[in-house]
Amino acid sequence: MSARAIGAEAVAEKGWFASHKWLILRRSSQLAILALFLAGPLAGLWIVKGNLAYSLTLNTLPLADPYVLLQSLLAGHMPEKLALIGVAIVLAFYFLVGGRVYCSWVCPVNLVTDAAAWLRGRLGIKGGAHISRKLRYWVLAMTMVLAAVTGTIAWELINPVSMLHRGLIFGIGMTWTIVLAVFLLDLFVSANAWCGHVCPVGAFYSLLGKWSPLRVSAAKREACNDCMDCFAVCPEPQVIRPALKGAKQNVGPAILSPNCTNCGRCIDVCSKDVFRFGLRSAK
Amino acid sequence: MNDTHGKTPGARQASRRQFLIDMAKTACTVGLMGTGLALYTKQSRALPPLAIRPPGALLEADFQGACIRCGLCVRDCPYHILELAKPEHNVATGTPYFVARELPCEMCEDIPCVKACPTGALDHQLTDITKSKMGLAVLVDHETCLNFLGMRCDVCYRVCPLIDKAITLEAVHNQRTSKHAMFLPTVHSDACTGCGKCEKACVLEEAAIKVYPIKLAKGELGGHYRLGWEEKKKAGKSLIDDQNIITMPTRRPEDNP
Repeated sequence: MSARAIGAEAVAEKGWFASHKWLILRRSSQLAILALFLAGPLAGLWIVKGNLAYSLTLNTLPLADPYVLLQSLLAGHMPEKLALIGVAIVLAFYFLVGGRVYCSWVCPVNLVTDAAAWLRGRLGIKGGAHISRKLRYWVLAMTMVLAAVTGTIAWELINPVSMLHRGLIFGIGMTWTIVLAVFLLDLFVSANAWCGHVCPVGAFYSLLGKWSPLRVSAAKREACNDCMDCFAVCPEPQVIRPALKGAKQNVGPAILSPNCTNCGRCIDVCSKDVFRFGLRSAK
Repeated sequence: MNDTHGKTPGARQASRRQFLIDMAKTACTVGLMGTGLALYTKQSRALPPLAIRPPGALLEADFQGACIRCGLCVRDCPYHILELAKPEHNVATGTPYFVARELPCEMCEDIPCVKACPTGALDHQLTDITKSKMGLAVLVDHETCLNFLGMRCDVCYRVCPLIDKAITLEAVHNQRTSKHAMFLPTVHSDACTGCGKCEKACVLEEAAIKVYPIKLAKGELGGHYRLGWEEKKKAGKSLIDDQNIITMPTRRPEDNP
């Protein structure tokens, strides 16, 4: 176990709430979205019907997952109008706020992998298998090729993301085994293994957010005291360095890597308030 | 040491070598994953015979490329007969199906499940539910069907939403009693929608009439077959020269004149 808990300085300096603000907001978002989907089947309150692959809100607003529909397109099927409108809305949204906002603010697997990361920290598990962070893009390519070759949306047969979300809403069955596998992978095999290395859904959304205007920015990077808390708490720590330490190389303070999930934990844990949400053009 | 760019040519070669090895490693891992998944895909396309897709579903191979597993058909089915397959089910994960013996399709006139489908995996061109082909009912067991045993059960016939079109009762002589008739439930593939009401209603422990995928249930004549009586009807007259047909003498076994 580390000598000092991550973010302890921030808690001492800013207070508990201010140093957990984005975490609380993010959990609220994840749970609220889940609650909206569950209100129908559990309480008969049909605000949202469907799941993350496609949903209809108040019987009017369609939202569709562009990744699944792209695979369907590659498999040789052209969807109906409502699905296309749904895709357009979702594409526009994530293009603006950052593709991987899906990962940290919406996806139910994030709750699982964050729990694994937390437990990994508590148990002091270090190291593990080396998995390339590029693996996810290979997996993404593989799912696309498979869709085209087999003519089916092959990845959806085993996709833990959609299986968990669908399972929670339509009945979990044996899906819990897949979720447990992801949890154990993250706990024992490698830190952030699933979301940060393997998941093609996250890889797809990262590409979607490649030019997103909304970014975390190390606006007050000169105040950084090298405590390393942001690196320790970040699920994609490689994205921070160019922005935080790039002043000398004339690199802007905005975190431009599309793999930043805009989770905002770095903002929380920084006692010097180095980070804040801003635009990618931030100077 | 030649150190103009921080790396000797040897080191550069080694790092390139490492890069290629890493690439190969990742590609092989993903390739293995993909091969496994491709094989699983093939297997998952074999829909078990008793799992029936909702009305208007595309052929299974196309369906699995079109259905995004959103479950809107499940939600809009007023009778809650549809279910999304769980991983432990023998149906492609997350896709909708029903089992007729448990809950058959009620054949809603407005077909809400098809209307709800955002991708057209359930074909929106299906607007008349009586034209749907979810499967085909087959009276599979002539040994246990009560009507085949000479009784008047008739339940499958009575519950059929397309009574006298999809299922008719055909009277034939009962050879066992030699003085009764048997009314045999007979399915007509041109009218049967595969809703499964007959299978659900069959009074036996195990239904004698079952809905099967059309591919399993239906035979197919060779393309060169011509049915004489049909051709005669089409042409309005016999296609052969009736006048010159030679009538052969009737031959009987010799000891039975």
